Order: sequence, then C-alpha cells, then structure tokens
Amino acid sequence: MDKKRRSFLVVMAQAVAASAMGGSIVAAFVEENKDKPLTLRPPGALPEKDFIKTCIRCGLCAEACKNRDNPMIIDGEKMVTLKMGAPGDSVPIGTPYFIPRDVPCYMCDDIPCMNACPTGALTPDMCKNDEGKVAIDYAKMGVAVIDPKSCIAYWGLQCTACYRACPELDKAIRIEWKQNERTGKHAYRIPVVYEDYCTGCGMCEHACVTEKPAIKVFPRDVFLGKPGDRYVKGWDTKDQQRIKNASTKTTTETGRSKENPIEELNQGVKWNDE
Amino acid sequence: MMSKLLKNRYLILRRIVQITILALYFGANAYGWKVLVGNLSYSKFLQAIPLADPFTVLQMLAAGAVVGVDVLVGAVVIAVFYGLIGGRAFCSWVCPINMVTDLANWLRRKLKIDRDARRINISRRFRYWALGTLLVVSFVVGAAAYEFVNPIGFFVRGLLFSIGFGWTLILAIFLFDLLILKHGWCGYICPVGATYSLIGSKSLIRVEHNHLNCTNCGNCKEVCPEKQVLNPVIYRKSGFINGIECTNCGRCIEVCNDNALKFSIRSFLKNN
Ligand code: SF4
Repeated sequence: MDKKRRSFLVVMAQAVAASAMGGSIVAAFVEENKDKPLTLRPPGALPEKDFIKTCIRCGLCAEACKNRDNPMIIDGEKMVTLKMGAPGDSVPIGTPYFIPRDVPCYMCDDIPCMNACPTGALTPDMCKNDEGKVAIDYAKMGVAVIDPKSCIAYWGLQCTACYRACPELDKAIRIEWKQNERTGKHAYRIPVVYEDYCTGCGMCEHACVTEKPAIKVFPRDVFLGKPGDRYVKGWDTKDQQRIKNASTKTTTETGRSKENPIEELNQGVKWNDE
Repeated sequence: MMSKLLKNRYLILRRIVQITILALYFGANAYGWKVLVGNLSYSKFLQAIPLADPFTVLQMLAAGAVVGVDVLVGAVVIAVFYGLIGGRAFCSWVCPINMVTDLANWLRRKLKIDRDARRINISRRFRYWALGTLLVVSFVVGAAAYEFVNPIGFFVRGLLFSIGFGWTLILAIFLFDLLILKHGWCGYICPVGATYSLIGSKSLIRVEHNHLNCTNCGNCKEVCPEKQVLNPVIYRKSGFINGIECTNCGRCIEVCNDNALKFSIRSFLKNN
C-alpha cells in the first residue's frame, strides 16, 4: 500500500472512531433522557414513543397555553400549565409537560395547545370519543390515583376537595358512602376515580388538601393494567369483542416444557452404572 | 464615531437581526405578539408562513416520524431561502450561539490566547461527520437525537421558558472557543452549521475579493471564523469566496482597509 493511500485510510478510520465515540455518548444520553415515563403530556398527545419522535420542540403549545383566551388568574398571577422541559427537569429535554400540583390543566374548550401543534405530536385523533367527536373531555393526559392511606376522607374526615375540583363532576370522581364503624354513627364519604371519564387534568391533585397530595395524576400507561386475553367479562358483549383475536392455545409452553419431564428432571444426574 | 459605526456596520446589523428575532420569539410567548411565534426549530411567521430547521426535520425523518405538512413546508421554505440567497447566513445572522462564540473569540484575540495555547488538531470536516452520525443515531434511538443536546434550543427555550442546567452547555461552548479551540464550536463541531453549509453551497450572495486592491495585510484572515474559505482567493486572485463554510458574516469586509472585499451576487450557474 502506498503511503498516501494508507494515510487516507487512517484518517478515515480516525473520523469513524471519533463519530462512533461522540455518537454513542449522544445516543446513551438520548436513550436515558427520553425514557421518562412519568411525564404528563398536553391533551391529544401521541403515545409517548411516537410523541418523542414527532414533537419538534417548538413550544407553540406552551405559547398557546400561556396566551389562551380565558386564562385562570390566581392571586393576580396567570396560571400557565404547560412548561417546556429544560435540562434537569426530569422530562425529555425540550418537550412540553405539566406538573398538576403546580398548575393543572384547566381544560379549555377550544384546546388551544393541541390546535397550535404543527407536527401532529398533539392531535385531535388522540382526543376524541368512540364516535369520533373531539372535545377536551375526551383527553387522556393521565389518570388520577388515590393513596387511601393519606387521603383524609378514608380516615372518616369530611373533605371532597378533589370531588368538587373535578371538571368531569360526578363522573370521573364519585363519592361513595360507607358506614364508619369506629364511631358507629358517621359515614365515610370516599372519593373513587372512574378512569373512563378521567382526563388526567390534575385539578384534583392541585386541590388536594394534604401536605403531599393524596390523589395524583399518572400517565395512563404507568398506572393502568391490562387483563390480557385470559380473563373476560362473560356478561359484557363489548368485553368479549376485546378477545376476538385471542389465541386458543390452552397449554403454557416454556423452554422447559419442550422436553419430556423425566429428561428435564434427570438433567445433569449421573447414574452410577457400574 | 460615525466611522466606527460604519466600520462595524455588518456586525451591528447582525446583532440587530439576531436580537430582533429573539425579541420577537420572546414577545410572542410573553405578550402574545403574533409576528414570529415558536423558536428556531420551528416557528410561524405572520401566522401564515411556517419555518422549520432543516437539520431537525432530517433527524425526525431519520427517526421515522410521520411529520406534519407544515413542518415539511417550513423546512423547504428555509432551505430555499438559504439555498438561493443567504448561504450559511443562519450561523452569523440568526443563531444566538453565534453571539456567545463571537464573544469568546473576541476575548481570545484580546487575551492573545493563541500565543501560548496548545494547538489542537481536529479536521474542519468533523462537523459533517457529526451531521451524518447524528442522523444515524436518530434512526437508531428513534428520536431526533441532536435536539436533546442542541445548545441553540437550550438558549432560545431558556429565554422563553426555563434553561435549567442548559446554561452549563452554553458556558462550556464559550470556554471551548475561548481556551481550547479557536472558532471551535461553530467551525468544527456544530452539525446545524454543517447543514446550512451544504444547503447554502450554491447561494447568490457571496463575498467578492478584488485582488488589485489587496495589500496582503492579512486582516481578513485574522478575523475570519472559517479561514479556509479565504485561502484559495486572498493573496492569489480576484473572485468570489466560494467556500461553502463562509457564513456571510461580513467581518472580512469590515476589517479590510483597502476596499478589496465586498458583498456581491454570484452567478448561480458558474461558481465564480
Ligand atoms: S406544539 Fe407540538 S411540536 Fe411544538 S412543542 Fe408542542 S407538542 Fe411539540
């Protein structure tokens, strides 16, 4: 190999090495930073994985939120829900989010943030009901979850702060009555969240009277479970639709069950044949 | 006084443009002005014209995003503007990081850092590798990778919303340019600038050199952030500065005392 060719190849290899090194540092950082499952997104947000790809971080949603038509003003201060993630905020950098305990989503009827989004990271498609009607009431920003241990209504005290704060009044949070056996003559009035109606706006978390809120909003993915195909409500035709494509196999197959049980049990056993 | 202003006319103009753009973004967010809303990754001009950063959009496409029409149109608008007219002007006329690095390099000259500093050798072409690598990384991680660390984003969002720890990166870039590598960030590393270099490679507005007036004083080379673009022309011949990394900042024109440099319009087809 002549000298020129060799030096060209070495320089190329150097560039590739430098790119690989820089690239993996950035990639590692991005992987770490984009994986923040507790981030609460504005209404109409795509599923997190697609949202991260699609949001261009322009801040038009946050701008629309700040300059909306009917801002909530508390103590002379305009309540701005949406923030843009900065380094150190524990959310993917540059993307919109909100912290309900600070400022919840006031669920504007005209959904200014969603309608301002140029990329489709926030889209009416993710904010409609089964009939295809778009309204803020069908937003799925998150779901409220109660910690019964710190909720004072569960102690038997009179509260209902979250119930009264909820914009989906008597739908997303309902009060259930139960006898208080400790006193024998009082009732518990316990808030219960109905996730079908909960938009995740966080008005309840904002209103909760305890030092650290006893009701909090989590992204739906984080909190909601999934029964899977094995369990179905036999009395509910809609639920039966859900398992239409379920597999009919009834046995569990693992790596182990492929082998005959005797072989499996005797694995590694040496018989003393002599 | 007047002559000093005149001597720095492009510098002053550039700062006015840069600061006006930032002020419009700021006003849009803080007071609801509707002139230029958004930030340098995407904005809406006069509520009608979308503008998008081509490199950001490329990364999003590499990541496999289904991007909205507005965003694609915005990227095309910007690409056409710089491609036809401005060249790499984004870097010196719009980008706020330019103010940081200009300050660093001005201080570097004033403090005569280069007299004692250790030489570091990296290729000016590193930025193109960075550009390519980041597109690959975007594809692999499924997100526009550079946007997680882009100091331009940190800067503008910092001004409008909050900067968090973002200031550390901006400070690091300042120190890098001041103490480590002269014109290091914009001249060697930044993939956004690399993208604009490629986009603007055939643009109309260029600096033109008149060899007959030149006294070989070297002022232009001293001040140019992308010296390699001057090398083929200065001391050698008359003609356009065709190097694609020229940011059209006009500093060379201002420091030239012999009227040997000026902005001019290059023919689109021939390269000089
Ligand atoms: S408007 Fe859309 S693209 Fe812009 S920051 Fe908000 S969610 Fe992201």
